[in-house]
Amino acid sequence: MTVTAPDQAPVTDVPKAGATRLVDRVFKMRELAILLVFLVMIAVTQAGNSAFLSEQGIKDLLLNATILVLVATGQSLVVITRNVDLSVGSTLGISAFAAGTYLQGGGDSAVAVLLAVLMGVGFGLLNGLLVSLGQVPALVVTLGTLYIIRGIDSIWVGSRQITAADLPGGYVDFGSGGISAVPYLALIALAVLVTTAYYLKHFGSGRELYALGSNPEAARLAGIPVRKRILTAYTFCGALAGLAGALYLARFGNVDSGTGNGYELTVVSAVVVGGVVFTGGSGSVYGAALGALLLTSINSVLPALGVSSVWVLAINGILLILAIAVDRIVALRVADALKKRNARHG
Amino acid sequence: MTHPSDTGTAPVLALRDVSKSFGAVRALRDVSLELFPGEVHALAGENGAGKSTLIKTLAGVHRPDAGQVLLDGAPVVFHGPGDARAAGIAVIYQEPTLFPDLSIAENIFMGRRPRRALGRIDHRATRDATAALMRRLGVALDPDRPARGLSIADQQIVEIAKALSFDARVLIMDEPTAALTGSEVARLFGVVRALREQGAAVLFISHRLEEIFRICTRVTTLRDGGRIASEPLAGMTEDDLVRRMVGRDLDELYPKQEVSPGEVALSVRRLTREGVFTDVSFEVRRGEIVGLAGLVGAGRTEVARAIFGVDRWDAGEVTVDGKPLVNGAPSTAMAAGLALVPEDRRAQGLVMDMSIERNIGLTGLRKTVRAGLMDRGAERSRSLDWAVRLQVKYARIADAVSTLSGGNQQKVVLAKWLATGPKVLIIDEPTRGIDVGTKAEVHRLLSELAADGVAVLMISSDLPEVLGMADRVLVMHEGRLTAEIDRTDATEETVMAAATGRAAA
Repeated sequence: MTVTAPDQAPVTDVPKAGATRLVDRVFKMRELAILLVFLVMIAVTQAGNSAFLSEQGIKDLLLNATILVLVATGQSLVVITRNVDLSVGSTLGISAFAAGTYLQGGGDSAVAVLLAVLMGVGFGLLNGLLVSLGQVPALVVTLGTLYIIRGIDSIWVGSRQITAADLPGGYVDFGSGGISAVPYLALIALAVLVTTAYYLKHFGSGRELYALGSNPEAARLAGIPVRKRILTAYTFCGALAGLAGALYLARFGNVDSGTGNGYELTVVSAVVVGGVVFTGGSGSVYGAALGALLLTSINSVLPALGVSSVWVLAINGILLILAIAVDRIVALRVADALKKRNARHG
Repeated sequence: MTHPSDTGTAPVLALRDVSKSFGAVRALRDVSLELFPGEVHALAGENGAGKSTLIKTLAGVHRPDAGQVLLDGAPVVFHGPGDARAAGIAVIYQEPTLFPDLSIAENIFMGRRPRRALGRIDHRATRDATAALMRRLGVALDPDRPARGLSIADQQIVEIAKALSFDARVLIMDEPTAALTGSEVARLFGVVRALREQGAAVLFISHRLEEIFRICTRVTTLRDGGRIASEPLAGMTEDDLVRRMVGRDLDELYPKQEVSPGEVALSVRRLTREGVFTDVSFEVRRGEIVGLAGLVGAGRTEVARAIFGVDRWDAGEVTVDGKPLVNGAPSTAMAAGLALVPEDRRAQGLVMDMSIERNIGLTGLRKTVRAGLMDRGAERSRSLDWAVRLQVKYARIADAVSTLSGGNQQKVVLAKWLATGPKVLIIDEPTRGIDVGTKAEVHRLLSELAADGVAVLMISSDLPEVLGMADRVLVMHEGRLTAEIDRTDATEETVMAAATGRAAA
């Protein structure tokens, strides 16, 4: 039997298979689709109420989305690894109050933000350690820390409240200020978003988050430091929740022990609507940010159209189910298409 | 031929008196193994003999309880798969370990991609390196395509490319050929020979004995976790090797009983699923074993899935005992007396974390219900009965199926379906990845079932198995039935000719 040395194997051209282009298109479409829905919604609203897209109107849209975009960006990283962090609402609340208390005592603004971020990092580390070392489902662990952090918050804060009057004027002005229609806070969120997206695409450790969400066992066999990566994802998620707390304080100036209560569910909705797959391994932070923008915009769109805001929650729910249904149908279609192509290869 | 060990070369990787236990099961006891540069070393043994544990010890997944791993003669401790990889040890596992959401290129270079400034990934270099690997393997897979949806053969090729990409000093291959076609195997062997020339050590595991003789120079045989022998293959026969593996002379590997077929049990007429298979018609009679041969991807599994109702068909008809089946309804297929033992037992045949007892019990849930509640006692006795009949080797019937070896897992899947008392048994790759001893048992079982009047449709890529067991051989090529060959006329040549589309019978 003669066997050609592999180096002399016939040079087969590796074609850009049709299947790949199809799949590529579908996943790029996913983010485009949300953008499209968002733009249509804005256009319809503008047509019905020409005052909607005033400079203040745009600013409000962006300001409302900012905090959710930040937390959803962090959450995406965790969800990509096939985990979830339900404690982000509690972390946001307690770090906002911590920053507020510090500022109330005459502290420096930059240090206050840092304090909030560090607090988030601490809780993120705690979550990450429990999930990666305990080998316990993240849903349960972070449900536990949700209550623990909220409990600490309640004990510490009691019935106290921080209002804008207690804060340095510069801090509150920064929260509502901006460059023409673009708020400073939105610029911060955008910077974080772009940096995170770049990290996920261009750094080995970023791609490894996708890998371990896609197939945890294979990730272990490929020598990926699974625990370290999960820990990093949670720490980052916590840090952004803490930062979001500081920005929340600047934006609303009003914090008590209930701040951020139930926020985690809005965050998870935004992430899922944005196409980050709950079973891990797939999705982008841009998608999650668009999901956040879409969900928060509904809050402004309905009043502008004269619809009662009691509809907001129901519409959010419908969007969520719709997003999952679309994902599922698309996934089935793609799988079918790939299968048929394979069959033809024989 | 002089062996490397005779010339005084040091082994690149070795195990010295390694033992490893999982709970009460002693997977390896005092096993030694030496891999020399430039040799292809076979590891032979039945399933459950400890081959997988040995590989995982070399790969840094398991740490030995006693004994040492030696790298270039010096003891090392691998703290994880990453350490072994850094030492130049590449492993191709039996079950592909890919990331479905990531591209083929990313799968191959995960964890050690070409970098640009600031530690960023060089996507272009990754893609180019992957394309080069694919050319070296002679396959046309797009590096940017996600791994999701790849056929098992293509997944295996990605695994091989992954192992090649490191320029490994030691390449360990656990059943790399199980899903490959003849030409792909030849190409793989070409690559293995080239690696050997470059001085790499290769550890090769295969249940296809002829492959061991084709490519390997030495063989280490394991039985029940202990080493039986390490010896040159030259001068050995397949029978010698089997005797060492099994520890006894094998009864005939294909114990086919002569049966005169009864009336038609399963009839498939003009079955079509668009883009997958077209115009497939055949019959299986009671007492008959019909082999369904063809290359991987010819559409055999898909036909079986459609018959059983897992996938819908677009046109055609399936009848069992003359009664038509409902399109796309497995429960009615089961009620009609159909059973399907799927190809991928881990993903489709078993609930890996559930006990043997409950896995077997799954198909009988309706029968073991009393007053609307599960009758655990009835379930247990029914499962025990079948586990004993099929000689499943287990510690306790309440143990998780995942603790069993591959061959015994297959027996559990069989037990689960036989417990339904099927009239028609469709079995997809009945002995893939199963050791010789268990293989003979599965064959005897199929033969007995046929003798009891069950109609058996056996899909298999193992040609000797098809020729040895089937009364009739159906051959598929690119979604169509291209030949029906009687037992007496079926040879490797006639079946392969039809499977590759070279002749229409």
